[in-house]
Amino acid sequence: MSQFDLLRTPTETAAMTTPLLDVRGLSIALPPGADRPLAVDNLTFTLNPDEILCVVGESGSGKSMTAHAMMGLLPAPHVRVSGGSLLFKGKDVLAMPEAEQRSLRGGRIAMVFQEPMTALNPLMRVGRQIGESLREHTDLPAPARRARVGELLAQVGLPNPAELAEAYPFRLSGGQRQRVMIAMALACQPDILIADEPTTALDVTTQKQILDLIRSIQAERHMGMMFITHDFGVVAEIAHRVAVMRHGKLVEYGAASDVLNRPQHPYTRQLIASVPHYIEHRDDHAKTGAPLLVADKVRKVFNVGGGLFKKSKPVVAGDDLSLTIHPGETVGLVGESGSGKSTLGRSIVGLIKPDSGRILFEGTDLLALDRKGFRPYRRTVQMVFQDPYASLNPRHRVGDIVAQGPVAFGEDHGRALARARELLAMVGLDGSAADRFPHEFSGGQRQRIGIARALAMEPKLLVADEPVSALDVSVQGQVLDLLDDIRRRLNLAMLFITHDLRVAAQVCDTIAVMRRGRIVEMGTARDVFTHPRDAYTRSLLDAIPGKAWHIPDDLQKIPAGAH
Amino acid sequence: MLGFAQLFASRLVKAAAILIAIVVMNFFLVHAAPGDPATVMAGEAGAADEKFVTQLREQFGLDRPLYEQLGTYIGKVVQGDLGFSYRQQRPVWDILAERLPATLVLTLTAFILALAAGVALGTLAAVTVGTWADSAITVVALLAYATPIYWIGLMLSLLFSIQLGWLPAFGYETIGAGYTGLAHVADVAVHLILPVITLALFYMAGYARLTRASMLEVRSLDFVKTAKAKGLTQGRIVTRHVLRNAILPVITVAGIQAGQLVGGSILIETVFAWPGIGRLAFEAVLQRDYQVLLGIFLVTSVMVILFNILTDILYGLVDPRIQVSQ
Repeated sequence: MSQFDLLRTPTETAAMTTPLLDVRGLSIALPPGADRPLAVDNLTFTLNPDEILCVVGESGSGKSMTAHAMMGLLPAPHVRVSGGSLLFKGKDVLAMPEAEQRSLRGGRIAMVFQEPMTALNPLMRVGRQIGESLREHTDLPAPARRARVGELLAQVGLPNPAELAEAYPFRLSGGQRQRVMIAMALACQPDILIADEPTTALDVTTQKQILDLIRSIQAERHMGMMFITHDFGVVAEIAHRVAVMRHGKLVEYGAASDVLNRPQHPYTRQLIASVPHYIEHRDDHAKTGAPLLVADKVRKVFNVGGGLFKKSKPVVAGDDLSLTIHPGETVGLVGESGSGKSTLGRSIVGLIKPDSGRILFEGTDLLALDRKGFRPYRRTVQMVFQDPYASLNPRHRVGDIVAQGPVAFGEDHGRALARARELLAMVGLDGSAADRFPHEFSGGQRQRIGIARALAMEPKLLVADEPVSALDVSVQGQVLDLLDDIRRRLNLAMLFITHDLRVAAQVCDTIAVMRRGRIVEMGTARDVFTHPRDAYTRSLLDAIPGKAWHIPDDLQKIPAGAH
Repeated sequence: MLGFAQLFASRLVKAAAILIAIVVMNFFLVHAAPGDPATVMAGEAGAADEKFVTQLREQFGLDRPLYEQLGTYIGKVVQGDLGFSYRQQRPVWDILAERLPATLVLTLTAFILALAAGVALGTLAAVTVGTWADSAITVVALLAYATPIYWIGLMLSLLFSIQLGWLPAFGYETIGAGYTGLAHVADVAVHLILPVITLALFYMAGYARLTRASMLEVRSLDFVKTAKAKGLTQGRIVTRHVLRNAILPVITVAGIQAGQLVGGSILIETVFAWPGIGRLAFEAVLQRDYQVLLGIFLVTSVMVILFNILTDILYGLVDPRIQVSQ
């Protein structure tokens, strides 16, 4: 590439060369009996060298399927390409013999997956896993391969490459594993890098590091990159061009600045409108009356490992945790994974017994109570769980799931069921919902059931542990609105646990930031977001993807809870 | 490697404790059965009066209180003395030492064959899942698993020894041939073929089914997708990524079964007149030969414990995560 070319924007350069990847009318058929006949329907787009194309869509939009088709990873024979072509440098990948396709995979086109925890073989040293690519696609001798693995690990910013190459994946953190995955993908200097939600499973600060890494490597090597994501914040951060997909169809396709700032298609507009934005903090909550819940110097230590000859290792999950929740107040507990936020939440609900400290509910110390004395408080403090797929018993009807709690506390079964129907209607499900089973509902609907179940106990305090992190962004918005609506109608107090600052900003009055088992900062949402005092809070805020992007004014919704 | 040595040491200490418990339990179990060697011997002698039985009991120490007998027994076992069989008028250890090699040769050969063939067939079935090869392997495995083991033994012997006359029908070696050296080994090997195949078929079926199921489960995991995306060949994906992970449950089950093999070949030894521990145990039960029975129990218990430790070590070698969680 000449000096002259480098000065041009990627799109201009691209217009003069053949596209790296040219997808024409691609259709992928699902097996009969699936919810729709085509997973991907007549998809057409191109990817140029030195360009990041973000493919955006919610779960089930067919964005991952497209990537899988390119890599020959479709689950044959049920799911297959039924039409169209995938041209790599002008040659149809789908028409190539298997051996030639294989030489492209991992060689010319590489892929990074979403789940770093499961994407590496647990029984193989990471160096060997990276070396495998080199062994397959190059004729480097073993010592040269080892040297190259070390270089790659250093390039993706991992310390002690030589030592790390000998480690097994379970020794590494999520962020480190994702770096290893990236090193593996880069091993043979591919022309195209496909990244399928590579940062979704990571903490926000790690996400920022990985995004920076991906972006710098892409720019350095002038790779074409297809970045699959559901997060418009990430899109704003890295995309040159954007393709929005819905139900297998391409609904909008254009330069990033156009799609982000002047979205045309109603679906794109809806998606952007439901992006939580951290500017939208709420007005201060007027604290009235005595506090409903006071956590005072709560400490919990878990003992990990241990055996006949080995002492167990203490891990401090929470130390000196103090916070208060007033009636009607929503307190956000924000932190990265392992910060101890769930430990505090579970301690308040009584699922974990802290080692020391007090948890006062309306003046009564819950930790001093025995099993029997605690029982009434099981009612007044209820929990909404993270995973709506795992937290409902698949063998029970939804009506029974909701009614079970009150029945256990002596309510008449018929009356409890009638109340369950009312509650299901209140959370926006229709009347027939009570007679159906959980698997008949979508993730968002299941989370509504989970909320109805918690409300059936007529609690005063709701502990919501990451209630929306398993949901798509548009569904996420709906569930958050529902929670907020209920909170206001029933004057509920809520402890809202989340790793996502943008979500916290949307629903919380007070924010407590946790790090390594301690609360490092606590204050009103306004203070924490506009004048963060702690360096860690600042780094969290700084790591929010797409903060430089201003959501188009006509799509900014009125902040939830603003009066 | 400190963790490894520590793991091994802790396992040995546990094993010793378990072994003592087993010795005590076996002792009481055997004495819970009605009748004792004295009555059996008296019965076999024909005309026996009460006095003769009492005299026999005194001679063998059977008239002592049970706890005293137990104390004597444990004391002897700890010194490596398994006792004296008054039935056969020989030390128990000598009897066992004579029979043990035959059983070990039979069961270990069968075990290794079963494991190798089972894992290979299971892998083949998983790779060709849904095709005729998979169905054929599944059907054969099911048949081998469901058919009574002695029946297979009889049928094989009927076909290969009596009809075709290729292989000897029973025994450990050709009696009276007096082979030595290599000729002896070859002779035993020929005698070994039928019993080994019969025993191996049953276990092979289990391993094949287990390997197939485990492979199919592992095949759908994320890291296999990663391996495919690296452009690896099918063969390398199957051996390096899928099989290596799928073999873990097979090792667990094989470890449990390996310990049982010593005692589990009674039927085979009976069908093929194989002079092993299994038949010895059977005869000892019929003759109320307590000392021999207790010796066999002890030897098989040691085998079970030994194979369990071996399994644990193997597990630690195959799966690096195990040592950490210990």
